[in-house]
Amino acid sequence: MRHALAQNVGVLRRMFASKLAGILNILVIGIALSLPAGMYVLLQNAQGLVAQLSGTPQISLFMSMDAKADDIDKLRRQLEQHPAIARVEFVSRAQALEQLKQSTGLADVIGGLNQNPLPDAFIVYPKPGAAQALDELRIELAKLPRVELAQLDSAWAYKLEALLKFGRMLVLILAILLSLALIAITFNTIRLQILTRRDEIEVAKLIGATNGFIRRPFLYFGATQGLLGGIMAWLIITISLLLLNHQLNALAQLYASQFALHPLSPGDSLTLLLFSMYLGWLGAWLSVARHLSQIEPR
Amino acid sequence: MIRFNQVHKRYPGGYQALKNVSFEIAAGEMVFLTGHSGAGKSTLLKLIAAIERPNLGSVLVNHQNVGVLKSRALPFLRRNLGIIFQDHKLLFDRNVFDNVLLPLQICGFDYRESHKRARAALDKVGLLKREKSNPIALSGGEQQRLCIARAIVNRPSILLADEPTGNLDAEYAQEIMAIFKSFHQVGVTLLISTHDESVLQNTDVRVLALRQGELQPALPFPTSGESAQA
Repeated sequence: MRHALAQNVGVLRRMFASKLAGILNILVIGIALSLPAGMYVLLQNAQGLVAQLSGTPQISLFMSMDAKADDIDKLRRQLEQHPAIARVEFVSRAQALEQLKQSTGLADVIGGLNQNPLPDAFIVYPKPGAAQALDELRIELAKLPRVELAQLDSAWAYKLEALLKFGRMLVLILAILLSLALIAITFNTIRLQILTRRDEIEVAKLIGATNGFIRRPFLYFGATQGLLGGIMAWLIITISLLLLNHQLNALAQLYASQFALHPLSPGDSLTLLLFSMYLGWLGAWLSVARHLSQIEPR
Repeated sequence: MIRFNQVHKRYPGGYQALKNVSFEIAAGEMVFLTGHSGAGKSTLLKLIAAIERPNLGSVLVNHQNVGVLKSRALPFLRRNLGIIFQDHKLLFDRNVFDNVLLPLQICGFDYRESHKRARAALDKVGLLKREKSNPIALSGGEQQRLCIARAIVNRPSILLADEPTGNLDAEYAQEIMAIFKSFHQVGVTLLISTHDESVLQNTDVRVLALRQGELQPALPFPTSGESAQA
């Protein structure tokens, strides 16, 4: 085993002898992989944001400013008995102001107000249904007495969700195309390797090497190159995110809030590395299967 | 050990390299194969190693018909043969020692055993001091001896040599012949092709003479006592 390892290390060293070409290859693979993987990271971040903001669809009912306590009680009973509504939550004007102070960076602005500009509000959680039914419910609720405004909060979230789906499809297409590119790069590199090592392959066949023996170093080479390309892609993404986060931080501070892009999770990182390694191996395998049989000793 | 039955070999394009060749070589024999260039010597050796296949007839090596061997089985046939090539086929991307190591790596010998054997083979051909050199730095005679070391390192029972003294001067040629004789003495079967009839002077070995692809019935060398015909 130690011998086999030493031998393969020797073979790989000879194969990586052309350093510049090897580094360029790894760079190309890294960049090709970092595009879909980087977009995937951005999407993951956007998706996290959407989940935080939207959750389930809800309708906000804003009361008119002159609504009295018994108007509110009456409305609450009405809403609770409505067949299309699952749950109702009341947010008083004072509560709303407090929340506003805490959740955004506008505390200073609000502190300067001499009266609470916010109305009392109900947050209505409808039973799950079609988007159209939600809109109909919104119109119905808007007509209730003392209701100033009924707003379907999730409408924009649906739009964002559709946009995210579009983005995910884009990432998928990009990932497939660039994976094919990676396979093609490896295929070609291995083809060149096979051509330059033609003599060695011929001699090895003449002195009794099995096809497996001849194939093995090329497969290792393909997998190693793929893995190094994956590591390169990981570095590109991680460093880019660090740079972006640095700028985002400055931006977020202007709004007195905190926001940062999350890097690739350990699981996703591992997937990226294994996937690139596998693609390298696959490209090498295809190339070897195609080209090795053409070299027969004469 | 090696047996040809009415073997015909015609190359694509119509060139008839061997015509109706039959002979047998017993285990432990040392046989010379002579003839002018183009007489079919190399083709005959290639048929034994299944580098080429006969169009007609059968080639038996160790009772195995190598003409019909599946390509998966070829490596295991060739591991049993030591082949010394006319053009050496040395690898110039590694040193002398690694060239000799290659057959052992292919056969899966462990580190210690393979290094021991490679040293022994290099010692046998007198190249132990050059083990770190690149083969390109060796003289023609040394390259030939390196090729021999690589052929014998996994101790094959049959040794095939294609023009081993082809481009060497007489002194080197004698050295190489002496090495072959020492293998013959330890029971290796040898088939050595040569167009240089001078190396056969003063030797008492069997000769197979090829002329235009056909085996000659009579011996052209008066110094040799045995018949070439099997």
